Amino acid sequence: MIVEVGHFALVLGVVVALVQMIIPLWGAQIGNTRMMEVAKPAAIMQFLLLLIAFLALMYAYVVSDFSVLNVVQNSHSAKPLIYRIAGVWGNHEGSMLLWVLVLALFGAAVAVYGENLRPTLRANVLAVQASIVVAFGLFILLTSNPFIRMIPAALEGRGLNPILQDPALAFHPPFLYIGYVGFSMAFSFAVAALIDGRIDAVWARWVRPWTLAAWMFLTIGIAMGSWWAYYELGWGGWWFWDPVENASFMPWLAGTALLHCALVMEKREALKVWTILLAILTFSLSLMGAFLVRSGVLTSVHSFAVDPERGVVILGIMVLFIGGSLSLFAYRVSSLRQGGLFSPISREGSLVLNNVLLTTATATVLVGTLYPLVLETFTGLKISVGAPYFNLTFGPLMIPLLLAMPFGPLLAWKRGDIVGVGQRLIFACLVFVVVAAAAYAYYYRGPVMAPFGLALGAFVMAGAITEFAVRVKVGRASFEEVARRTWNQPRSAWGSALSHFGVGLMVVGIVATSAYQEEKILVLKPGEETKIAGYTVKFRGEAPRHGANYREQVGVLDVMRNGSQVIRLYPGKRSYTAPVQVTSEAGIYASWAGDLYTILGDRQKNGGFTFRMYYNPLVRFIWFGALVMFFGGAISLSDRRLRFGAPVRSRRRSAQVPAE
Amino acid sequence: MLHSVNAVSMRTFTTFILMAFVVSALLFPPTCAFAVQPDEVLRNTELEKRARNLSAKLRCLVCQNQSIDDSDAPLARDLRLLVRERLVAGDSDDEVVGFLVARYGEFVLLKPSWGPHTFILWLSPLLVLLLGIFLARRLLVSSSRVSASQDGDVKKVNRLSEEDEERLKAILEVSPDARLDK
Repeated sequence: MIVEVGHFALVLGVVVALVQMIIPLWGAQIGNTRMMEVAKPAAIMQFLLLLIAFLALMYAYVVSDFSVLNVVQNSHSAKPLIYRIAGVWGNHEGSMLLWVLVLALFGAAVAVYGENLRPTLRANVLAVQASIVVAFGLFILLTSNPFIRMIPAALEGRGLNPILQDPALAFHPPFLYIGYVGFSMAFSFAVAALIDGRIDAVWARWVRPWTLAAWMFLTIGIAMGSWWAYYELGWGGWWFWDPVENASFMPWLAGTALLHCALVMEKREALKVWTILLAILTFSLSLMGAFLVRSGVLTSVHSFAVDPERGVVILGIMVLFIGGSLSLFAYRVSSLRQGGLFSPISREGSLVLNNVLLTTATATVLVGTLYPLVLETFTGLKISVGAPYFNLTFGPLMIPLLLAMPFGPLLAWKRGDIVGVGQRLIFACLVFVVVAAAAYAYYYRGPVMAPFGLALGAFVMAGAITEFAVRVKVGRASFEEVARRTWNQPRSAWGSALSHFGVGLMVVGIVATSAYQEEKILVLKPGEETKIAGYTVKFRGEAPRHGANYREQVGVLDVMRNGSQVIRLYPGKRSYTAPVQVTSEAGIYASWAGDLYTILGDRQKNGGFTFRMYYNPLVRFIWFGALVMFFGGAISLSDRRLRFGAPVRSRRRSAQVPAE
Repeated sequence: MLHSVNAVSMRTFTTFILMAFVVSALLFPPTCAFAVQPDEVLRNTELEKRARNLSAKLRCLVCQNQSIDDSDAPLARDLRLLVRERLVAGDSDDEVVGFLVARYGEFVLLKPSWGPHTFILWLSPLLVLLLGIFLARRLLVSSSRVSASQDGDVKKVNRLSEEDEERLKAILEVSPDARLDK
C-alpha cells in the first residue's frame, strides 16, 4: 500500500511540475499575476509529493519489502539499517528519484525564500526548474521506475555491493547530488533572465548563494568520494582521472569559475554575457556527467547497448536543455548590455584570469575524457587518455592560477596597484622561499619540482592570511581597532579567505603525498618486522574476525616508533555473504604528519603473508583542505547580505519622484 | 580468466560508486586489489625503478582506466613481468614501450603519443587558453576604449561655451549675501 502511495505521489508530483512549468511562464508572458502566483504553491506541493515518493521507497527498503523489484535487486534483510537506507540511492532508479527530489527541493526553496524576487523572474525561474523535474520525472516513470512490484514476491534480496557498505560512502551521494543538481538553480535563473530579458546586479546577487551552496556540497561530495576510494579500494590512491570522476570534476571547475564571475557581476555589473553562459554551461556539464555515466557510453560502447533506451532518453533530455538554453542565449545575447569598466590590473581583471584558467582546465578535462570516444567513432583508432595526460595538461594550468590567487583579493576594483599588492605579499613571498628551501634541504634527493609545489601551497595559505590581515589592518592600526575590524568583517570576507586557505592546504597535501610517498612490498612471516618512514612494523600473525554480514581474516601488525608501541593495525580481507564478495580492508594509522597505510595480501607457500605498506606524508591535508573550503563556503553563505537577497530598493524613490 | 576480468571490472565499478552512479552492483563479484607482487620485484633497484615508472604509464588492457602498476589482473602481471624481462635484456625505456605498442597497439599507452590523430587532443588546452586570453583581451581593450571615449564625452559635455563660462564666473563671484540683497 505505502509503495503504491509513493508511486502515485511520484506521478502526481510530475503532473504538478507540468502545471508549474506552463502556467507561471504563460502568466509572466501576458503579465497575469494570478497565473504567476501558481508557481509558489506548485513548487512546494511538488516537493512534498516527491518527498512522499522518496520516503515510500525508503520505507520499502527499511522493512525489506521484497515484493518491490528494486528492493529485491539492491537490498538484503541482513544488512544493517544504515545501509538499507543508503541502498535507496545506491542504484540507478533510486538515485534518479533522489536527483528529482533535490531538484524539487531547490525549487521549493526559491518559492519560500524568493518573496522579494521580481515576480516575473520568480515565475520564470520556477517554471524552468519545473521543466527539468518534468523531464527527469518522465524519465523515471517511463524507463526506470523504482516502484514496480514483483509477483510473486522474492524471499530474500540480492544484496548491496559490500564496497558500498561504508559510512562515508553511504552519505556521499546525497552531498554529490545536492551539488550537481544545485547548479540547476543557476541554470534556471539564467534561462529565466534570458526569457525575461533583464539581467542586472540583483540577478547575480540572487544566483550567487545558490551556486555557492551547490559548490560547497559538490566539494564535500567529491572529497568524501576521494577519501573513501583512498581507504577502501586498497592501493592508497585518492584520484584516478577516471571518466566517472571527471564527470563530477568538470561541473565543480565550471561552478568555481561561475562563483567568481558572479561576484564581478554582482559588484560591478560587468561580464554579464559570460556569467549567463557559464551558468548554462555548468549545469550542462552536470547533465552531461549524468548522461555519460548513466548510459555507460564512456566506459564501454557495450554497456550503452545493454540499456540503449535510458541512454537515449538522457541524451534527448541533455540535447533539449543544453540546445534550448544555448539557442535562447544566442537569440538574446545582443540585447545584454555590458556595464562596469575596469583596467586589466584590477579585481575584475584577476577574476577574468581566474575564469580563463578554470575554463581552460574544464575544457582540458572534457577533451581528455571524450577524445578516445570521438576518435574511435570517427577513425576506429583506439587510444587511452590516462593520468599522465591530465598531469601534463591540467597541472601546468593550476600553477598560474595558484600564483595569482593571493593577488586577486588584494587588488582594488576597477583599477588596482600591482606593486602595492606585491609589497603587501612580501610575507607570503618570504614563506614561499623558506618553504622551498627547507623542502629542498630536507628531501634533496626527491623530485625537483616538488619543493616548488609545496612552496606554492604555502604561498597560497600565506596569501589568504595576508588577505584577511590587510582587511583588518594588522600592523597599521591599534590593537583595539584590529580586534574591532576583525569582529566586524562581513562573513563573506572570512569565507573567501578561509576557502583560499583550504586550497593551499590541499595543494600541500597533494604535492607531498604524490612526491614523497614511501612504499614497501614484501612477504612477512609471523614475528618478522620491517621498517618504513621511521616506524617499525611487526607482524604478529593472522586471526579471524566477523561482523554482521561478513567474515574477515586480519593480519595483526604492531606499529612501533622509538621502541614504544604506537598502534596495532588490522589490515584484512573481508568475505561478504550477500552478495558473495571479498574486499580488502586497509589498516591505516592516520596522523597529521602522514598516514601509515597497510594492506594484507595472500598467504605464501612458506607460511608468510604478502604485505603492501605505504607512508603517505600529509595526505590528510587533501581532504582537510576540502573541508576548510566547505566551511569557508558555509560561513560566506551565512552572510546577512546574501541571506536577505536583493534589497528592496529604488521603488520608494521612484514613487516619490512624481510627488515632487 | 573470466573471474579476473570481473575483478578488474570491479575497479571501474568502484569508481562508479565513487560518483554515486551505481548501475549494476551485482554483476561484478570482485576480489581484493593487489598489484605488484614481491616475487616480481627485480634485484637491481635501478632497473626496478625504471620498471615501475614504465608500468605506471602502461594501461592494463582488460581494465577500464588502470595502469598495470595498479592492477591486480593476471594480464597486468604478465605485462609487468614482460617489461622487466625486456629491461633485464638491456632494452631502453623507449624500446620497451615500442615493443608493447607493436604488440598491443597504442591503446596500451596511458599517455597518448604525439601524432596527427592526437594533435587536437594535445593542442586543445593550449588553443582554448589562447582563445580565452584573446577574448579576455578583447573585453579589456573594448572596455578601456569605451572608458576613454566616455572620458572624452564627459570632457566635451563639461566644456562650457565662453558665454556660459562668463556667466558662471559672474555667479560664483557674487557672494550669497549680495544675491540675497538682489
